[in-house]
Amino acid sequence: MLMGLYNYWIVVVLMMVGFYIVIAHGNLIKKIVGLSIFQTSVFIFYISMAKVDGGTAPILADGITQYSNPLPHVLILTAIVVGIATTALGLALAVRIKETYGSIEEEEIQKKDNLDC
Amino acid sequence: MLTHLPVLQVIVPLMAAPLCLFLTRSRLVWLFALMVSGLAFLISALLLQQVMTSGIIIYELGGWDAPWGIEYRIDHLNAFLLLIISSVSTVVLLAADTSIQKEIPAEKHSYFYILYLLSLAGMLGIVATGDAFNVFVFLEISSLSAYALIALGKDRRALWAAYQYLIMGTIGATFILIGIGLMYQMTGTLNMHDLSIRLPEVAHTRTVFTAFAFVIVGICLKLALFPLHLWLPNAYAYAPSIVTAFFAATATKVAIYLLIRFTFSVFGLSFSFTALPLHILFLVLGLSGIFAASIAAIYQKNVKHLFAYSSIAQIGYMIVGFSVSTTTGLMATLLHLFNHALMKSALFLALGAVMYRIGSVQLSQFQGLGRQMPITMAAIVIGGLSLIGVPLTVGFVSKWYLILAVIESGWWPVALLILLGSLLAVVYVWRIVEMAYFRPPLTSNENIKEAPFSLLVPIWILVMANIYFGIDTRLSIEVAQAASQSLFGVNP
Repeated sequence: MLMGLYNYWIVVVLMMVGFYIVIAHGNLIKKIVGLSIFQTSVFIFYISMAKVDGGTAPILADGITQYSNPLPHVLILTAIVVGIATTALGLALAVRIKETYGSIEEEEIQKKDNLDC
Repeated sequence: MLTHLPVLQVIVPLMAAPLCLFLTRSRLVWLFALMVSGLAFLISALLLQQVMTSGIIIYELGGWDAPWGIEYRIDHLNAFLLLIISSVSTVVLLAADTSIQKEIPAEKHSYFYILYLLSLAGMLGIVATGDAFNVFVFLEISSLSAYALIALGKDRRALWAAYQYLIMGTIGATFILIGIGLMYQMTGTLNMHDLSIRLPEVAHTRTVFTAFAFVIVGICLKLALFPLHLWLPNAYAYAPSIVTAFFAATATKVAIYLLIRFTFSVFGLSFSFTALPLHILFLVLGLSGIFAASIAAIYQKNVKHLFAYSSIAQIGYMIVGFSVSTTTGLMATLLHLFNHALMKSALFLALGAVMYRIGSVQLSQFQGLGRQMPITMAAIVIGGLSLIGVPLTVGFVSKWYLILAVIESGWWPVALLILLGSLLAVVYVWRIVEMAYFRPPLTSNENIKEAPFSLLVPIWILVMANIYFGIDTRLSIEVAQAASQSLFGVNP
């Protein structure tokens, strides 16, 4: 039970690690790293879900009857692209924040905003 | 041509967005974007008419049969939402040219329209598609462009707000993705209609329950349900006025559509409301949203913040209608969806006009504006009355149905709380009225004149719609009723 589903355990651990980093860290770059780890866990989840016991890669060949499901792989390609776009946009925002606030620490940004009000 | 309407609805703005790069002059891009949005509006109107006369439209992308291919499925609910989004988008765009002159640097104007059209395409896509994974893709198209649009705001806090929205939004979307993955794992299909047939067979498994929980939490993050609303006030307050007017009217509505679609159609009413205690959960969260956000709105110094909090409260009303889960309750939610889109787009556009003239929307700057910008302020007053739910405005219609639904179910204390919530709206609207009409103008604002014509026209189109649909409720009620009945009809 534990070993048989080990990839799902990895998914859960990665997901929680990523989620924790997003919540607990005040550094904007670290938050984005956490977000990436969080998303990556979902990629692994989709990929391991597609595996069929005894199935091979879905390439048509003689003598093979059992294939793994290629659809989740294709789906997750889309999600990976989305993940890259999100990371890029997040980093771009972090650069702009650094330019205008002079900091990428959440606490300092909040402090500067409170002074403005 | 007519048979391809469902896909054209999404493809037209999606393809038009990159074309904006070729048009260099700001006004030219604006005209182009306006035309595209107008076309989308026309398509959605035709779709609604088609659905009302001949029922559900099914469109198979590329000719591949569902569930293998992606299917666009337009029923009453989709058509209604498509119409709301595209109509608000078009009217708001009318004001865009003037409003962004002062709020966005000239070299970024064409990017603004690209992002706007992409966001529009994403939202229309979410609503039009009948494929669960497609929902995620369009959700990200609209969200990613939304983050960038919000970051275009003049204030540097816009960047920070966009960043926070990005983090929260991505977590929400990823949750939805996990839920969709779990559903696929159990059923082997992504088509919503197919899912709704196959899910009941495996409904007792823990996997489906987990999928449901992930999807619901993900969507609730996106729709800014109290207490997951923290990203919303700053994102709305610091975004350019046009962006705020557009998103306040559409973005959260699309998320509510998803909530309805997943709970009623995909998972089915009986599963959704027994797997999780949605009745009581949403009732409590909706009501606490109404009170917490309304009270927060009363203490805001920035009027955009004030109306952003009020948006969260209005979402609370929609969620209360949803939690009743009767035909009338759902109808109240749908009506309020439509009506709130009209109110908030009018109000935020009017704030855009104030921003255009004064360069700030701090409440203290509103002193005496009733005399200096009478037409704009009159629009804010009517929008505010509509928000409170005064008869002859749209706000009254939806609150009436909401209270009717609640009383039908015998929850009369809830009805009292809803009325109490409306009283809180009176307080925050009154603060603006008092400032604008009962105080002498600020000396620094002495030379302020009425907003330009190009802003007043779209504002008043929306204000007149607020009054028109408050008196002649045939269209909105007929569609909302048909949509709500079809949702209950499919899953008795």
